Amino acid sequence: MKERVLSIRDLSISFKTNHGVVNAIRGIRFDLFKGETVAIVGESGSGKSVTVKAIMGILSSNGFINSGKIDFTYHRDDEVVKKDLVQLSKKEMRQHICGKRIAMVFQDPMTSLNPTMTIGEQVMEGMIHHYGTSRKEAFKKAVELLELVGITDAQKRMKSYPHQLSGGMRQRIVIAIALSCDPEILICDEPTTALDVTIQAKILQLIKDIQKKKNISVIYITHDLGVVAKVADYVAVMYAGKIIEKGSVDEIFYDPRHPYTWGLLSSMPDVNTVDEELYTIPGTPPNLLRQVPGDAFAPRNHYAMKIDYIEEPPMFNVGGKHRVSTWLAHEKAPKVSMPASLKQRIEKMKKEAE
Amino acid sequence: MNKSIMKYIGKRLLMSVITLFVIVLILFILMKLMPGTPFNDEKLTEAQRVLLYKKYGLDKSVFEQFFLYVKNLLKGDFGVSYSILKNAPISMLLGSRIGITIRIGLQSVVFGSIVGVLLGIVAAMKHNTIWDNISTFISVLGVSIPSFVFALILLIAFGREIPIFPITYDSSQPILSSILPTIALSTLTIAQVARFTRSEMIEVLDSDYMLLAEAKGLNKRTLIFKHALRNTLISIITILAPLIVGLMTGSAVIEKICGIPGIGSLLVEAITANDYNVVITLAFIYSAMYIGIMLVVDVLYSIIDPRIRLSKEDGNE
Amino acid sequence: MSKERVFQEKDFELIGIQEDANKAEKDITPSFWKDAYIRFKSNKVAMIGLIMVIIIILFAIFAPMLSSRAYDSVQTAHQNLPPRVPILENIGILNGHINGVDVYASKGLGDISYLFGTDTLGRDLWVRVWEGTRISLFVACAAVIIDILFGMTYGLISGYFGGKVDNIMQRIQEIVNSIPSLVVLTLLLLVMEPSLNTIIIALMITGWVGMSRVTRAEVLKLKEQEFILASKTLGASHFFILMKEIIPNIFGQIIIMSMFSIPNAIFYEAFLAFVGLGIPAPAASLGALINDGFESFAIYPHMVVIPVVVLAILMLSFNMLADGLRDAFDPKQKKM
Repeated sequence: MKERVLSIRDLSISFKTNHGVVNAIRGIRFDLFKGETVAIVGESGSGKSVTVKAIMGILSSNGFINSGKIDFTYHRDDEVVKKDLVQLSKKEMRQHICGKRIAMVFQDPMTSLNPTMTIGEQVMEGMIHHYGTSRKEAFKKAVELLELVGITDAQKRMKSYPHQLSGGMRQRIVIAIALSCDPEILICDEPTTALDVTIQAKILQLIKDIQKKKNISVIYITHDLGVVAKVADYVAVMYAGKIIEKGSVDEIFYDPRHPYTWGLLSSMPDVNTVDEELYTIPGTPPNLLRQVPGDAFAPRNHYAMKIDYIEEPPMFNVGGKHRVSTWLAHEKAPKVSMPASLKQRIEKMKKEAE
Repeated sequence: MNKSIMKYIGKRLLMSVITLFVIVLILFILMKLMPGTPFNDEKLTEAQRVLLYKKYGLDKSVFEQFFLYVKNLLKGDFGVSYSILKNAPISMLLGSRIGITIRIGLQSVVFGSIVGVLLGIVAAMKHNTIWDNISTFISVLGVSIPSFVFALILLIAFGREIPIFPITYDSSQPILSSILPTIALSTLTIAQVARFTRSEMIEVLDSDYMLLAEAKGLNKRTLIFKHALRNTLISIITILAPLIVGLMTGSAVIEKICGIPGIGSLLVEAITANDYNVVITLAFIYSAMYIGIMLVVDVLYSIIDPRIRLSKEDGNE
Repeated sequence: MSKERVFQEKDFELIGIQEDANKAEKDITPSFWKDAYIRFKSNKVAMIGLIMVIIIILFAIFAPMLSSRAYDSVQTAHQNLPPRVPILENIGILNGHINGVDVYASKGLGDISYLFGTDTLGRDLWVRVWEGTRISLFVACAAVIIDILFGMTYGLISGYFGGKVDNIMQRIQEIVNSIPSLVVLTLLLLVMEPSLNTIIIALMITGWVGMSRVTRAEVLKLKEQEFILASKTLGASHFFILMKEIIPNIFGQIIIMSMFSIPNAIFYEAFLAFVGLGIPAPAASLGALINDGFESFAIYPHMVVIPVVVLAILMLSFNMLADGLRDAFDPKQKKM
């Protein structure tokens, strides 16, 4: 039996803005198991980052959680503790969870380090704060961490300032900071989008290695399906504040059911298929200021049905861990299958995988 | 790294010297152009005039005169006053006055910066609340109401109606009688520092690295004082230049109103009395002080802020 | 999940992308100018500032015109009269009393009232204050307009052409900037007689640096952007690019900057007048009025209080307006 570390149920989050209330997250549900990786995929504005900020309890001040639970299970010494993070106060979150149990790696390493503090200071800060580690010990551990994340000359780098390092190096530092308190969960918010392609692969490998070594669970946020394929065990596809399809990597990649997932997969650049035009999903994500009846994806959906404009689809169980929220999965819906070009693509992927 | 800082300081020093030289040149030319020197007095005989010209080196070539002028400046010999204290050396006139002006200026900078930073922090922390509005209102008021108006109000209130402080400067009570002028002079500093601190702090609080620090689970106090405030305060150095310009202008009027025997009131007096030798001397002193302060500030900034050090480093590589 | 619903076959008819559904999504994002306008309009403080600026301008234009008295007509019989406002005097304020004595009555001027009182020469302060406001506003506007023209041109050339030109221009600017404005003002006034023109020139000399700096910074930012590069590759002339591509894009910044320069100019003019270097009498700006009133503020506080209040309100309104404009155009910009 796998150990469930995090289970999110019916989470919904809104933001008060000058233009009205934005319903950024509209009832999502997913689980994270020990040592495994969940990737949350979606366009910008789909609510991926908001979801993880809610887990960390660092939503901006105009955001609030309407309903739902975020159950987090962790080990304190030999005791198993289960807490609903939604119910914890900001102070409790800071004292017991943030940085200590759940750590986060941010998108842009160029701006996520404090420019006026040395690397060492920033890596050591968390341990000293949470565990009261002595400076000497913290220094030693920080050097080890820097070595672990692949920084050469770690001793010397402790005294450097962020601007003296390259983007890739800085992201390694950010990862070292995240790991400094031995967290149960590591959240990576698009950790490679701001980096060079060559460095991307290295950082992904690094996170994977560390995950294996320390047996931590990872939530991966990305819009890049290529990254998902490399790192994830489970995938949740988000659109307009909802998870519209989720399942294991194989289920999502080899047997996608939602037209939006089809779109995402088709728009993935692929070196092998030169002759076809790169697919783009028409239109733009909906404005969450307004509540539109029916499926939020309908206006961009080539396979939209009448019902899509009337009623929001529920989650349909399509076998295994695979869930999809589209009326196409309904028994009365016409049998529509994915575009032929995508089918070919998937066949090819399957072959390569074997 | 140190080499690049040295290079930067050297460059900055050179620029300051050039600027000061240009200013001296302008002052010298102005002095030459000035109509109605005491030597043009019609009552003087030709012999007396020649004597005076000789005494002040006015019979030499312009180039030599300039050289002499610079040499005298360096020696601290600024010539004589024409009308305020007839024929008295200006250096004597300046004497204690510079000290008083600098003391009151420093008092205002310190007082104004502390109050301004506090107001700014409150406004940024309580962003978009009544506290923010109050703090913003105070700073808009400070920018809007000239310091001499504040001085008048303070004098009327605490000098005349409730006589706690002397109305005019009393040299036997240097601290007590400098309180009102200091407060009046610091209003602009308070306003500018508060505004700047607020916006800078809001930007810092909104930055990615603050989010990361928050995600580390640090408590609020550490977040504010260790992460946000330091970065905010470093940038405040960048507004010191306009602050000092404002203080210089303000001090001239405040000293006049409060009867403070500083160089500001001397400047006003000299302008009104058309004692332009004194005016030019004071112009030189003000410029030299300003350039000196800016030099120190820039050098300090380059040492304090690691980001600046980088850009210099990059420039060299 | 709606279990009540009975799904019919026709619900599941494929209809694809509905054109009108996409169209409806587009109306939400307002344009830059419209957005700025909405932000400005919803900013109460800025609106109050705007209204007060307009009121003051109207007073400055019409009050002296509509008054039967001239700003420079000396009436020795009417010296040092405190303010007396017809309706308010009935409730005991601004009733022409000093220390409980009705000054108007004691001078035998029972039927005359001066809204702001008179000065030591018996001139009507109501007319003089608004006349002074007019002069202050004129000085400020003239200085700022020249400022924009010179400073903006300097910044445009320096930023746009870059290289050696920029280097030399920046060094010159640095030197000018290293001379405190107090020094520039006093030196200029040594060479020139105090007059309206002198003050405007003095303000111009000290004011252009800020404008040129902002312009240059904006130009440097814009210069590397695609649409400018596109224009260049299409062979547009420098003049065309500056006029059509750059100036319209930095205009918001220039407006903000000049709105902040106006109170600054008013302040410097008041300062100069206060140290006795303002425009020559009998004309008087607000600063000169404050200076005149300061001489006798212990006995006749109204002579200094009224111009001070008007000056403060004027500066406050402009600052509020400028703040609002900055927030509207550029909500993230730094506050200096």
